[in-house]
Parts: sequence; structure tokens; C-alpha cells
Amino acid sequence: MNQQELQALRELIASHKRWDWLFGLLGVFALMIGVLTFTALFANMAIDGIGRIDADFLTSFPSRRAANAGILSAWVGSLLVMLVTAFAAVPIGVAAGVYLEEYAPKNWLTDIIEINISNLAGVPSIIYGLLALGLFVYTFGLGQSILTAGLTLALLILPVVIVATREAIRAIPQIIREGSYACGATTWQTVRDHIVPYSSAGILTGIIIGMARAIGETAPIITIGALTFIAFLPPAPFAGEPPAGMFDWLFAPFTVMPIQMFNWTSRPEAAFAVNAAAAGFLLVLMTLAMNGLAIWLRYRLRKSIKW
Amino acid sequence: MSSIPLPAESAVPIGRLKFNRLRNVKERGIEALMFLAAFVSVMTTLGIVYVLVSESIVFFQRVPLSDFLFDTQWTPLFDDAHYGIMVLLSGTITSSAVALLVAIPLGTIIAIYLSEFAPFTVREVAKPFLELLGGVPTIIYGYFALVVVTPLLQMIYPDLPGFNLLAAGIVMGIMIIPYVASLSEDAMRAVPMSLREGSYAMGATRLQTALRVVMPAATSGIASAYILGISRAVGETMILAVAAGMQPNLTFNPAEPGATVTSYIVQVALGDLPHGSIGYQTIFAAGLMLMLMTLVFNLLGYYMRKKFREVY
Repeated sequence: MNQQELQALRELIASHKRWDWLFGLLGVFALMIGVLTFTALFANMAIDGIGRIDADFLTSFPSRRAANAGILSAWVGSLLVMLVTAFAAVPIGVAAGVYLEEYAPKNWLTDIIEINISNLAGVPSIIYGLLALGLFVYTFGLGQSILTAGLTLALLILPVVIVATREAIRAIPQIIREGSYACGATTWQTVRDHIVPYSSAGILTGIIIGMARAIGETAPIITIGALTFIAFLPPAPFAGEPPAGMFDWLFAPFTVMPIQMFNWTSRPEAAFAVNAAAAGFLLVLMTLAMNGLAIWLRYRLRKSIKW
Repeated sequence: MSSIPLPAESAVPIGRLKFNRLRNVKERGIEALMFLAAFVSVMTTLGIVYVLVSESIVFFQRVPLSDFLFDTQWTPLFDDAHYGIMVLLSGTITSSAVALLVAIPLGTIIAIYLSEFAPFTVREVAKPFLELLGGVPTIIYGYFALVVVTPLLQMIYPDLPGFNLLAAGIVMGIMIIPYVASLSEDAMRAVPMSLREGSYAMGATRLQTALRVVMPAATSGIASAYILGISRAVGETMILAVAAGMQPNLTFNPAEPGATVTSYIVQVALGDLPHGSIGYQTIFAAGLMLMLMTLVFNLLGYYMRKKFREVY
């Protein structure tokens, strides 16, 4: 090979290496756009909103005057709706996940259920709102209540809980089941004493991620017709006259944090934008804390469990 | 005849056997309950189809299908009512196109970077971070688009109205990046190491290996990530409801305000139209349209993913 060809080859290699390096830079740059957006979003909300967050803001009802308005009815509403969502989504989601992993026969019905779950995970949240409007509000007559909202969000996060449950169960080695069956345990005994306890951390991760998603969902709750101006609290859960009065809270009108924020965002006055930032900041903080907890849990799990 | 003497106490107590029979009944009962829980997903789908179709039938009895598809105005709440879904679709298509122009290049670059270039520690930090980014409520992104991104764009392009599809689309794109990036990365990491080793052994650089070996091998997985991204963009609601204004507007210019199929549903739900009025039925017809669009994309994505699993 003569000197000239060698020179050309070296140049080619150098240029390829340069492209490699450039792409690495591009990758870091693309990631930085994500990081920057997130930082800007968080910082903007913190700067605008943090001065507004005090005890009064948390303990006042919404008001026509921005300075007096608070989020009391919104956070109480969010809390109660989440309570209903958790009560509905956790047992159904975990049971469905366990069924599909431990019980389900390989047949067309199981296939249909599985395709359904993966399809439901991709349905836009507003469609769940229309489902709830047509079915829960008008056909079942549950009204625009905490119960309707909780059940709607439960249906929405069900695929998340089911998928997390299945993944957690799949990580349990077969020998655990075989050991249990060899001792004469039934399927249910195996599930109750081994499968569910050993997969509980993974299931919990999925539940937290699902709840974090539910707490920030706005569109389906607007669609069922939740009111935005609620200057009263629903009756305290389980406090009324038993047995019927105990469940009054389920049928009370309500508002939630993201709806309150949407309401303030859509007003032209600047003072309400500050309120929106404050409510948004609390909302972001909540979802970040929940998602962070879930990620940390999963990280711990991956490090600590070696089958 | 001599028989083997039985032990005085039977080895298998009869009471236990009876209990076992009961145990089987209990087992069956539990299995049935769990099946019902799994069947909730099928019931949900059936419920969605039932509600959308039955309410839309009422709508289409009053409005002919040809008007719905070909009219160029959408004014269901005016006296002179027109029901041209095209107007809402144009908003959905425009905002989704902007979002995908942001999400697909950035998401793909991030996926290639994380899968082929990034050192272990960067990936360990970046993946949970992307997940956090995907977990931020969409109403927050909407607020961000309205309060931060629109003013920024107005500095470059002063004629931009306060509500516009451009800012909403850009922020929506950033919201979709985590989905596109993490699904594409999964697809690329599923490509066997031996393919990369072969490429490196031929003297290819990382970039050449990534673009000409790994990406073609992961095509269907990456395509399914894009399709799911499209489906997200089409179904996104709150960003558009907050930042794009809610005036129906037949336009493909992102620098204008516009309503989408989703933000129209929000607009009607916020008002107080009586149940059963024609204006009210429109949201179910719009919902049916939306459901059909996302269903097509989801099935396409599912099919692609399945195909990609079979390759290796």
C-alpha cells in the first residue's frame, strides 16, 4: 500500500470517528432538551407558585377573589376519589394479574382478555370519561359523584396494575410453585402464601405508578361533568348514620386538584395564574414523589432479591 | 385367607377427605372470582363500544353521515348548525404532526444514544428520569405550553396568537419523547449482541453499527414505538384544551388556534348542555371517531410488536 492510499484511509477513519463523536454529542444534547424542559417546567411553577402556598391556601375554599381562593375542596376531593380508585383498582387488578399468570388456561378466551388489556392501555383517557358519562352517570344513575370519578379512574389504571402484577409474578421462579404443590398445597394456597407475598413489592410499584397517573388525570373527570366551583366539603367518610349514611360521601359532588388548576388556568386575570401555578406545583410535587418512590422501590427490589 | 392387618386407626382420616372435597369447591369459587376480575377488561371494552355506538346512532339519525364527513364547518352549538368533523380532525392532525416532528427525531436519537453509546451510569440515571418526565400530569404540560412556550415563541414570531397549535404541539412532542425513546430502546436492546460484534469486527464504528445494523434489525419495534406515539398524540386532551384555544378552525397552519376532537369534548363537557340534546350527542360521535383512530394505531402497533418478537 503506498503512502497516498494509507493517508486516504487514515482520513476516512478519522472522519468516521468524528461522526461517531458528533452523534454522541447529539445524544447528550437530545437528553438535555428533556432535562431542560423538565427543569424549566418545575422552576417556572415553583417561582410563580411557591409564594402562594401557605396554610390559608390549603384550608380555603375556591373564591371569586384570587387572593382568598384556596384548594381545600380540591385536595379533599382528590384524596376521596383516590380512596375509591384504590379500593376498586387494587383488588381487581391484582386478582386479574394473578388469574392470567397462575390460573388461566391457554385458550381463545385468555387471548381475548390479554389483547383487551393491551388495547385498553392505549385508549385515550377522555374515552374513559365518555364511558363513565354514558354508563355510570346516566345508565346506572350514580350521578357526577366521587364514586363515579373513582371508578372511572380505577378502570383507567387497571391495565397498569395488571401488567405490573404479571411482571412481578413472572419473576418468581417455578421451583417455588413446585415446592408448594409438592407439599400438597392447592393453587389458592400457593397464591396466597407464596406468589402474592413474594411479588408484593413489584405489585406495589405498579399500584403507586397507577395512582400517580390517576391523581393527575383531568380529562375523564371533566367529561363526567365534575363541577369546578365547589365551596363545601363532602360528608366525612364513614361518619354518617349507619348503615346508609356512612356512604353519603360517595355520592357527593366534588372537585379535584387538576380540575381546580384547569379552572384557574382558563381565567384571564394574572392573579388566578399564580393560583394555578401554586396548585400545579403541589400536583407535580405529589406525582414526582409517588413516581420517585416507585422507581426507588423497583431499584431496591432489583438489587436485593436474587432468586 | 390371610390378610394384611390394617392399622387400628385408618391412615387417611375420613373427616379430612370430606374437608378436601369442600376445599375443591372453594378453589373453584376463587378461580371463578379471579376470572371475573380479569373479565372486567373485556367488559370495559364492551362498555366503551356500547356507549359510543348507541349514543352515536342517535346522533346519526339526526345528522346524515355525508354531512358529518364532508361539511367544512363545525358549529353544533349555533342556530345554523354544521357538523363537519373535518374541522376537528384538521386540528388533531396539525397538532399531532407538530408533536411527532419533535418526538420522533429526539426520541430516536435518545434511544440510539442510550442503547448504543451511553455509558452504564448515564443510562441508569437517564431511564428513570425519562420515566419521571412521562409521569407529569398533562394539565401541567398544558400550563407550561400556555405560560412559558407560547411567550418564548412569540419572541421569535411576534404574530403568534396567545392560543396556538404550535406551542401545544411542541410541548405534546416533549411529553411523548419518553414513550418513543423507551420503547425504541427496548427494541434496539433486544437485537442480539452477535450482530453488533459482527459489525464491529468488520471495522464499523458505533454510529455505523447503530444506523445500519441495529436499527434495521429493530425496525418493527421502532415502528411500533412511533405508532404508539401517534396514538398518544391523537388522544391527548388537556395540553390542547389549555394551550390551543377551543375554537374550531379548519386549518393546517400550526400558528393558528384550533380545536381538536379531544378538546371539543372537554369544551362541551364544561358547558351545561342538557343530556340528549343534539349538541350533547356530538361528543359521543366525536369520541367514536377518536376511538376508531386510536384503535387502528393500537392494533397496528400490537401487530408490529408481535412481528418483531418473532424475529429473534
